[in-house]
Amino acid sequence: MRLSKRTVLMVGALAALLGGLVQPAFADYALNMPQGVTDTSRDIYGLHMTILWICVAIGIVVYGAMFYSIVKHRKSRGVQAAQFHHSTALEILWTVVPLVILVAMAIPATGVLVDMEDTSDAEMSVKVTGYQWKWHYEYVDEGVGFYSNLDADSQEARRLGASRKPQSVENYLLNVDNRLVLPTDTKVRLLITSNDVIHAWWVPDLGWKKDAIPGYVNATWTQINEPGVYRGQCAELCGRDHGYMPIVVEAKTPEDFKAWLAEQKGGAANTAGGDAGADAGQQTVGTDTETVEDQSDPAGETTARADTGAQGGGSDSAAGGMTKEALMSQGQQVYSARCVACHQADGQGMPPTFPALTGSAVVTGPVDDHLDMVINGSAGTAMQAFGPQLSDAEIAAVVTYQRNALGNDTGDVVQPSDVQAAR
Amino acid sequence: MTATTHEVGHHDEPTGFTRWLFTTNHKDIGTLYLLFSLTMFFVGGAMAMVIRAELFQPGLQVVDPYFFNQMTTMHALVMIFGAVMPAFVGLANWMIPLMVGGPDMALPRMNNWSFWILPFAFAILLSTLFMPGGAPAGGWTLYPPLVLQMGTAFPFVIFAIHLMGISSIMGAINVIATIFNMRAPTMTLMKMPLFVWTWLITAYLLIAVMPVLAGAVTMLLTDQYFGTSFFNAAGGGDPVMFQHIFWFFGHPEVYIMILPAFGIVSQIIPTFARKPLFGYASMVYATASIAFLSFIVWAHHMFTVGMPLAGELFFMYATMLIAVPTGVKVFNWVATMWRGAMTFETPMLFALAFVVLFTIGGFSGLMLAIAPADFQYHDTYFVVAHFHYVLVTGAVFAIIAGVYYWLPKWTGHMYSEALGKAHFWLSTIFVNVLFFPQHFLGLAGMPRRIPDYAVQFTDWNMISSIGGFGFGLSQLLFLYLIIQSIRGTRNATAQVWEGAKGLEWEVPSPAPHHTFDTPPVVK
Repeated sequence: MRLSKRTVLMVGALAALLGGLVQPAFADYALNMPQGVTDTSRDIYGLHMTILWICVAIGIVVYGAMFYSIVKHRKSRGVQAAQFHHSTALEILWTVVPLVILVAMAIPATGVLVDMEDTSDAEMSVKVTGYQWKWHYEYVDEGVGFYSNLDADSQEARRLGASRKPQSVENYLLNVDNRLVLPTDTKVRLLITSNDVIHAWWVPDLGWKKDAIPGYVNATWTQINEPGVYRGQCAELCGRDHGYMPIVVEAKTPEDFKAWLAEQKGGAANTAGGDAGADAGQQTVGTDTETVEDQSDPAGETTARADTGAQGGGSDSAAGGMTKEALMSQGQQVYSARCVACHQADGQGMPPTFPALTGSAVVTGPVDDHLDMVINGSAGTAMQAFGPQLSDAEIAAVVTYQRNALGNDTGDVVQPSDVQAAR
Repeated sequence: MTATTHEVGHHDEPTGFTRWLFTTNHKDIGTLYLLFSLTMFFVGGAMAMVIRAELFQPGLQVVDPYFFNQMTTMHALVMIFGAVMPAFVGLANWMIPLMVGGPDMALPRMNNWSFWILPFAFAILLSTLFMPGGAPAGGWTLYPPLVLQMGTAFPFVIFAIHLMGISSIMGAINVIATIFNMRAPTMTLMKMPLFVWTWLITAYLLIAVMPVLAGAVTMLLTDQYFGTSFFNAAGGGDPVMFQHIFWFFGHPEVYIMILPAFGIVSQIIPTFARKPLFGYASMVYATASIAFLSFIVWAHHMFTVGMPLAGELFFMYATMLIAVPTGVKVFNWVATMWRGAMTFETPMLFALAFVVLFTIGGFSGLMLAIAPADFQYHDTYFVVAHFHYVLVTGAVFAIIAGVYYWLPKWTGHMYSEALGKAHFWLSTIFVNVLFFPQHFLGLAGMPRRIPDYAVQFTDWNMISSIGGFGFGLSQLLFLYLIIQSIRGTRNATAQVWEGAKGLEWEVPSPAPHHTFDTPPVVK
């Protein structure tokens, strides 16, 4: 059955090509670049189709002449080879004609490029920061910011030899826990940078990608015309999990966006001071205060929550006295969401790039060193600072887990208050 | 000019391993280069098979993502520096002295050295697969800061690249010295076969850019171990500067891998069309123009890093200009076929496939030159399709064409024409099944260098993988045919091909160990 489907697709693709219909003839089966939902993406699509047709036209002429020659001018037909070997007029002609075509192509391309580079008059700004291997979004001047990780279902299905099949996951590898929400019909400036290695932020429907480079901020912009959910991925090789840091943009009408933003801020105000860490994905940036996002998912979905440890953290926020069992169970969740990519499920890592945690000097040594490593990371390595990313409860849980599992048995129990002290 | 004379039996010919280890004969060294290249072609090909096996379906079935990244990185390094470049140097060694009527390469001892560095360089590079932390996994472009996360392999990779660079530079010096000093007196520059011309220009590119690569990787080394901050923003450096330096090497490198291919095809098409090459002079000028332009287009590999508008415009225009001389070459090849009397032996088939398929790669290259569109194409499978069309159906097909063309001259035996044609059709069909769907994948949004993908990319990836396995297996036939020709029984004539013209076809097949002790007269 699959085979016949593919055969149909192959034949269809071939027919589409031969018939000169490289338009997206199959609704859910893209052969071509998406037209996208911004003026820029449509301009680019136009340039792409123009240059494609120019190439097709040149191809027909060149291949036509070549195949005519192959058919007609073959020795088996008894022809005698001509002996001409140059023609100045012809050679000038086929130097000048391509030059003219190129100039004709360069003019619209220049127009689009000039437009794309004009980041002036933006109505709002979002700072996008690449991490190994997640994105952080900060709404500049709004005090709202959060991390965006690969969703839990994809996490489960992506493992080598996973029992769960990718086909059973909706938007496999293209879904996140927290979406970037943007207003439609608004010129949004994106300030793109990185915390570690070079990444590239790319959503095809917006029409471009831009590198996220540590130490530099790349400014670009977008103005989305239609509400909807648009998906993309990191486009610059950034290490082991380069294929697992998707981007999801949800475009809402300006009114809905305002409501959403107010909700984010409201959530921050209501719970300021509470160290619940109910959702490590959502926190304010620019203050030290952890915030709790209320449980209504911005995307209207409640998936992809398990990895943030929301269930475990919320109730234990008050005195900082969590049981070892609670810490271990939440710690395991945090570990499998944040740590396994490098340190592996069994804690053996992939030395020396990704050190083992089993029997490691840091994990079995003084708790303070261990907390320091988790909170502040290790410069120049893939070990990033998790302090700003995880709540006190989550760090306490994962540190406790690492010290009492993965072949380690220190017996230490680290409490959220210890983490707060170590920050 | 020293006219070295070698009389038959004049000196002892060592046999066995020492013959090959100490040889200063251009034909022996050419053979060594070609065999080394063939070996690396299969090593790099095996890595490609791992990549295509993992990408056969979504989810991870075969390897860990980290190992997958090692495979993509090593596949590129092995194929570029181990398979394509040494193959061209091997062909240059064998053919340039024969084509210009010289007795040998100008610098035979350096020739020996430049080859024998390579096995050591690649032993080091391949040994990194077994080191703690594995082989390099940050892409062949070695972008910092990612490349600095490499394990134990890091200094070994840098040292291996230095060795490869030294080997290439020595090979290039030798080619230039040979062409300027070893030509028969009547072989004027504008009478030289186009293969010699393209190699002369390539050799200058090599000398110009290999030291740049050496500098770039040395700066990586000092950033890692000696506290410098060339590419470290926190220390006042600039990670993008590495990309500028790398691609200042990298873009000419692309032409280093394609100009000699142009030369090979320009030898083969006139032979089998039985008609002189159309526009010889414009071919030479076009080659020189491409070489010049290759130095001023590098940043089109990095449109997305965030350059100033003026920079983006300059690199877009300069890149589009390359289409002009490249177009001239394609038009000249078609005009050479026009009103010829063509036959379609295996070398000609591969050369014709080169013209058609390299042009497809040229078209996608022109599309990639359009900077705004490149913001969509960049770092997707569209780019992967593009550079495999120019490097596999371009450079590799030209090398295969050249091998079939000159193999009877080297071994003295014909290969099986029927099996050669089978090799051609299998390769051509599978290579298109392999790479053409990757255009669709890239346009539809699949980034390159990912071990796993969203399920809507499944079908084309599956087709592409089937093409990959087919193409890989077909190359075993190539290996068989080479062995058949070496051991063969059907003797080749001196001219081998009915329409072949040039000095290399005037010496017997197989070419004697020493040729042109006295300079021939070029008609």
